Amino acid sequence: MWGNVFFALNQIFQPINLLLLICGGLGGIVVGCLPGLTATMALALLVPFTFTMPAASGLIMLGGLYVGAMFGDAIPATLINTPGTPSAIATTFDGYPLAKKGLAQQALITNAFSSLCGGIIGTIVLLTLSPPLAEAGLRFGPPEYFWISVFGLTIIGTLAAESMLKGLIAGALGLLLSTVGISPIAGDVRFTFGLPMLQAGLDLMVALIGLFCIPQILEMVEEGAQKHKIIKYHRQRGVFLQVIRELVHHPILLLRSAVIGIIVGIIPGAGGNIASLVSYNEAVRWSKHPEKFGRGTLEGVAATETANCSVVQGSLIPMLTLGIPGSPAAAVILGALLLHGLRPGPELYTTFAGITYTFIFSFFLAVLIMFIFTALGSSLFSRMICVPMQYLIPMIALLSVIGAFAIRNSLFDVGVMLLLGVVGFLFRKLRFHSGPLVLGLIMGPFAEQGLVQSLLMAKATGSVFQVMFARPISVILICLSLASVLWPIVTRFSKSRKIWFFKR
Amino acid sequence: MNMHPWRRGLKIKSGIAILLCVFVGITVFAAGDYPTQPITYIISFDPGGQSDLEARRQQPLLEKKLGVPVVITYKPGGGGAVGWIELANSKPDGYTIAGNNIPHIILQPLQRKNAGYTTSALEPVALFQTTPIGLAVLKTSPFQTMADFITYAKEHPNVITLAGSGTYSGHHLAYLQWEKLTGTKVTYIPFTGAAPQVAAFLGGHTTAILANSNDLAQHKDRIRILAIGSEKRFTALPDVPTFTELGLAMTPSIDRGVCVPKGTPVARIKVLEKAFLSIAEDPNIQQSMIEQGFVPVAMGAEEFKTYIKEKTVEYRELLKELEEN
Repeated sequence: MWGNVFFALNQIFQPINLLLLICGGLGGIVVGCLPGLTATMALALLVPFTFTMPAASGLIMLGGLYVGAMFGDAIPATLINTPGTPSAIATTFDGYPLAKKGLAQQALITNAFSSLCGGIIGTIVLLTLSPPLAEAGLRFGPPEYFWISVFGLTIIGTLAAESMLKGLIAGALGLLLSTVGISPIAGDVRFTFGLPMLQAGLDLMVALIGLFCIPQILEMVEEGAQKHKIIKYHRQRGVFLQVIRELVHHPILLLRSAVIGIIVGIIPGAGGNIASLVSYNEAVRWSKHPEKFGRGTLEGVAATETANCSVVQGSLIPMLTLGIPGSPAAAVILGALLLHGLRPGPELYTTFAGITYTFIFSFFLAVLIMFIFTALGSSLFSRMICVPMQYLIPMIALLSVIGAFAIRNSLFDVGVMLLLGVVGFLFRKLRFHSGPLVLGLIMGPFAEQGLVQSLLMAKATGSVFQVMFARPISVILICLSLASVLWPIVTRFSKSRKIWFFKR
Repeated sequence: MNMHPWRRGLKIKSGIAILLCVFVGITVFAAGDYPTQPITYIISFDPGGQSDLEARRQQPLLEKKLGVPVVITYKPGGGGAVGWIELANSKPDGYTIAGNNIPHIILQPLQRKNAGYTTSALEPVALFQTTPIGLAVLKTSPFQTMADFITYAKEHPNVITLAGSGTYSGHHLAYLQWEKLTGTKVTYIPFTGAAPQVAAFLGGHTTAILANSNDLAQHKDRIRILAIGSEKRFTALPDVPTFTELGLAMTPSIDRGVCVPKGTPVARIKVLEKAFLSIAEDPNIQQSMIEQGFVPVAMGAEEFKTYIKEKTVEYRELLKELEEN
């Protein structure tokens, strides 16, 4: 063990490996910043380059890129209200309001610091608890997936603080849109309206660009017509220490978010998008001041960014120990491992332990370096919103189109993105939140597959009750969902009781 | 028309330049000097999937052999249909190629009212990899052999659950074939892709699994493989009997190859075929494929075409029976 650790440290601090790590990480930040370019795609592009490198160097670079993207995606979420990757959806909820208040730099430092915390906690868990956690992850079967998605959908309750009815309508619309394309179980073609391209369904990233970016542009045009500049940014002194001091006072928040990220990361198919939404929801629930969320609080940004960074290591846990990738990006890294002749499983911790520990330890350094870059860069990035409207708007518009196109080089997707942009704009005008719609879009396929697969299992065993309601993890998830739905009602009730009490 | 003399000169010059380009273009075309520009290699699945990995393995070697950059682009969705629609509609000049998977490209146009492409719109170039489909149970399962498994399935119709990937897919068809040959009924549970399917099986949520040979090889320490779909015993799993050895006449597999749009000049197909086949025949490549649980093959365009025809007949029959039931 110690021999491998020293070998790993020696490997990581080789100048060439350090350089690859930094290059990978910086590339990751750029990819994360640009909506439409995903970490998965960038990793796949990089894989052939790693053929010529030793396995350890290649893995260090891939790991750096994956981490970098998770640091980078909060930057557009904060500054222009558009998530850079689906993992940063929840970052927009508080990051952008903060930027509007002139606190963009604070939000970005929060991103850097909480991503660092998530990354370090995640790496420690990856290093020490991988085999038991991977086994535990296998306990999640179709019924558990279904109940996770039900639990996920209860987040609508938090997002639709203003009007529950509007939240539910948006959520239902999202679920409906998620059914477009080839149905995952029966294989039949649904809601394609004769357009063969719609067989693929709506791509989540295309939908995100449409629902977040386009309404943002239109709103900026509208506001710009009234005043010249809406957001101001002034360089402030001592921001860095002030933000970190505030975050250190919330150790439970950081720890809880990291744990959520790791758990969601382990479950195959569920990635950063779900982790950060769940983590945000829990942050609101356990906060003493839930009303501050959604109006710009550092805690909201910290919750999502911690979780979305620890997903990286979480998704590698079943990949390294069992060969089952926990996320699409982990699937690409698995491919790189296989192409280098490394087979996931016990062998990775015995015969190839040197390479494996090098890969795992490199995450400590990767998150630290990315922290330094994003924290130092925060004042520079924040200045971006001082770019006059007439330059900023066309730039964002161009990036939206390129982003929607880049996902699979398809003009059809650009059309879908623009159409959803109009929907998103109408949503804002009618004071609907886009969050529940996106949530429906993410959770829909999970819920459908989990339900139908569970019912098939029930048909075989002969008992729906046994499959759906009697499995231990399912019971926990059902209780969590019920608590999540009842919580707002209970708090409202107790609040009104208090008011009534004071009135007397 | 009063035009400055120098501007008129410019016009003539540019006219000559255009003509020159056209001539050069024609001569290049006639001389078969292909390829001269980057080649786009469409992958119809997500990055990190097996089709992507194979393309990534080939990419540097292809670039060396063809002397031009090979750019991999992803067009995932609809079980691969989106990528194949794109290929079928692109210019047949040999500069756009795509990975094609059997049985996907046969089953989608057969089963869907409008898949957006037809099997014959994709001109086969070469087939380089086969992944036999095997049937496995967990090591802890009471079923020691295929015979045990079939006996139990006969006595308890629909009780056994079988995890597979997709509907109207290679796994689904293998399940139908197996049911028909053994005269049993089991419950097929489709998943979306290998990761969730294998995870659900390893977690004990289904009785058995129909999985690709590479997944079976990856998890061989935890599972018992009852039969595999290769024609001969599979090098990576020498102790596992084939379905045919057990008296079940089926060789289910997923095959990966490459295709171009219909109408691509034969000379250019030949160039691509040669490049792909020389990579497929490389002993190092073959060795690493076997280690990862694949069967390397090197099938040229003509043979590949016949293979698709044979499979189409087989699948059409199975689908017909499925509809009648």
